[in-house]
Amino acid sequence: MNALQTVVRHRLFWPLVALLVLVVASALKSPTFLEITVRDGHLFGGPIDILRRSSVLLLVALGMTLVIATRGIDLSVGAVMAIAGAVALTQIAAAPDPGSLTTVVSAIGAALVIALLIGLFNGFLVAVVGIQPIIATLVLMTAGRGIAMLITGGNITTVTSQPFKTLASGYWLSLPVAALIAGAFFVATALVTRRTALGVLIESVGINPSASRLAGVRARTIIWTVYVVCALFACVAGFIRSADTMAADANNIGLFIELDAILAVVIGGTSLAGGKFSLTGTLVGTLVITTLTLSITILGIPANAVSLFKALVVIAVCLLQSPVVQHRMRARRRRTAPVPVEVPA
Amino acid sequence: MASTTFHKRAITAGIAALVLGLSACAGGDGDSTGDSTGDSGGGGGDLISVGFAQVGAESGWRTANTTSIKDALTQENGFDLKFSDAQQKQENQIQAIRSYIAQGVDYIAFSPVVESGWDAVLEEAKTANIPVILTDRAVDTEDESLYVTFIGSDFVEEGRRIGAYVSETLGTEPIKVVELQGTTGSAPAIDRKTGFEDATKDNPNVEIIASQTGNFTRAEGKTVMEGFLQAYPDIDVVYAHNDDMGLGAIEAIEAAGKVPGQDIKVVTIDGVKDGMQALADGKITYIVECNPLLGPDLADIIKTLDEGGTVEKRIVTKDEEFDQEAAIAALPDRQY
Repeated sequence: MNALQTVVRHRLFWPLVALLVLVVASALKSPTFLEITVRDGHLFGGPIDILRRSSVLLLVALGMTLVIATRGIDLSVGAVMAIAGAVALTQIAAAPDPGSLTTVVSAIGAALVIALLIGLFNGFLVAVVGIQPIIATLVLMTAGRGIAMLITGGNITTVTSQPFKTLASGYWLSLPVAALIAGAFFVATALVTRRTALGVLIESVGINPSASRLAGVRARTIIWTVYVVCALFACVAGFIRSADTMAADANNIGLFIELDAILAVVIGGTSLAGGKFSLTGTLVGTLVITTLTLSITILGIPANAVSLFKALVVIAVCLLQSPVVQHRMRARRRRTAPVPVEVPA
Repeated sequence: MASTTFHKRAITAGIAALVLGLSACAGGDGDSTGDSTGDSGGGGGDLISVGFAQVGAESGWRTANTTSIKDALTQENGFDLKFSDAQQKQENQIQAIRSYIAQGVDYIAFSPVVESGWDAVLEEAKTANIPVILTDRAVDTEDESLYVTFIGSDFVEEGRRIGAYVSETLGTEPIKVVELQGTTGSAPAIDRKTGFEDATKDNPNVEIIASQTGNFTRAEGKTVMEGFLQAYPDIDVVYAHNDDMGLGAIEAIEAAGKVPGQDIKVVTIDGVKDGMQALADGKITYIVECNPLLGPDLADIIKTLDEGGTVEKRIVTKDEEFDQEAAIAALPDRQY
C-alpha cells in the first residue's frame, strides 16, 4: 500500500501514465505500431520512430533544463536552430564538393562557432548586464530568424550531401544516428552535472544567486555557461532538423520549439522558479510530447482539431501533476474509503 | 552598495535598449511615411505606389512568387513597391494592410493567408479609396466590391486535374490514397481537397484513407507522412497539396525503406524546381503546375487600372501538367 502510494506520488507518475496511454491508444488503432522489424539491417517501427523524432526536442530541452534550473529561460533556441541550419547548409551549398566529409565538418564547425557566440551574447545580457532572461533571449528569438533569413537570402536552401543527411536519416549499429546523438548528449550532460559538483552549483544558483555567490560559487560564470551550453545544444538540434529535409527553411526550422522544450521541462517536474532539476524528467517530458505529435496522425485526429487535442492532453497531465489537485484527490479518496492509518508523506 | 550600482546599471542598460528599439521603429515609420506623402503630394507623381502583403516564405513556390513580383514592380517600370512578409499569420498581414492604408498607397495587393476574416480591413481600404487586388488566393466575403480583381490559378481545377490523373491512370485497380493538406483553412487547401474529391468520387477504386495538414512545409510533410506510414502499412498514393510537402513525404518513404514512385506514388501540385527535379528522377509521379509568376500580370492590371481602364473580376492564370518526360524537357528552362 505504502509502496503504491510512493509510486503514485512520484512526480513522474502521471507523465509516464500519459505516455503509456498514448502508446496503447496508437497500438490499438494501428496494431503494427509496437512492432519492430529489421529492414536492410536497420530497425524500423513505432518505438524507433519515437526515439528518432524525440532527438531534436530532447537536445533543446536538455539545454533548457539547465537554464531553467538557474531561474532563467531561453526563448532563442528555435532561432538558434534556424541559424544553425542556415549557416551549415549555405556553407555546404557553396562548397565545390557538397558530398565530402571535410565540407560537412567545416560547415558544422562554423555553425557551432556562431552558436557559441549567440550563447555568449545571451549569457552576457543575463549574467553581466542583468537583463531578465525572458527579455534578454527575446531579442534573439525575434531577431535570430531575421539573421537566418539574411544568411539564406530569403530562399529555402536545398542541398544534397550524404554525410550531412546521415545526421537525421542515417543508422549506426542498426539504430538511428539522430537518436544516438541525442542519447550521447543526454548521458554526457547527466554525467557532468551529477558526477561532479556542477549540478549542485547550478541548483544553488537557481535557489539563491546571492547566497551562493557569498558562499563562493561563481554564479556569473555558471549562468554564462548554461546559456552557452543551451545554444550549442540547440545548434546540434538545428543540424538534425535541417538534415531531416536537407533544406534550410529559415522561417520554419524550430518554430515554437522553445515552447515545446519548456513544456517538456515542466512536465518532467523541473520548476520554472529554478533550483532542483531532473534530466530524467525532461527525457520523459520529451517522450510524452513527441509521442503526442506522432499519435495525432495515427489516431486520425482531423486537421482542424489538432491544436485542441494537444492542449487537452497537456492540460490533463499538468492538472494531474499539480499539488493542489493531487491533494484534493487524496482527500476525496480518504472520504470515500477511509484509510485507518494515515502516514503523512 | 555594489549591488545597487549594478542594479542601476542594469536598469540604464534596459532603458537604453528600449530607447534604441523605439527610435529604430520610429525611424522606420518616419521613412516610409515620408516616401508616401512625397508620392501623393506629387498628385499621383511618376511612380505608382503599391503595398504588397505576402504570405511568407513557406515554400519554394512562394519564393518564386515573391521574386516575380519584386522583379515586375520595379522603379524602372514605374512602381514604388512596399513589400511585407506576414510569416504565415493573418494578424501580421492585416497589420501590414492597415499600415499601407495609413501610408496612403495607390494600390494594395496581397495573397490572403486564410480565406475568411478580411471584411473589416478591406472595408477600411475601400473607405480610403484604395483599390485592392487579390493575388494567388481568394477571400471568402459576401461583398465582392471589396476587391477589384482576383488573379491566380483555379485551385479547385488543379485538384480536379490531379484527381482525374489519379482516377484514370492509377485508379484502374483499387488504390489507397493519403492526402497531405495545406495550411488548415487556406483557400488552396480547401479547394485542392474539394477538387480532388470531386474528380475521384465516381471511381470506387480510389479510396482516400487519411488526410492531415502538413502546413505546406517540407518538415511537416515529412512528419505527417511518417505517421501515415506507421498507421497504414498499405498506402499506394500520396496526394500532396504542394511540392514541398511531397518532397518531405518522399524523405519519409525512403526512410521507411520503400521506393517512392514504385512502392508508393507521389502526386503533387505546384511544379517548383525541386519538385520538377524529383519528377524527372521518377520520385514524384505527376505534377499539376500552379504558376507563381504573377508579377508581370499584376503590373499589367495595375497599369490598366491606373489609366482608368477596367479588368475582369477573376483572372485565371494558365497552368500546365507534367509527367516525367515533360519534366525532363522543361527542367533546363525552369526559372523557379
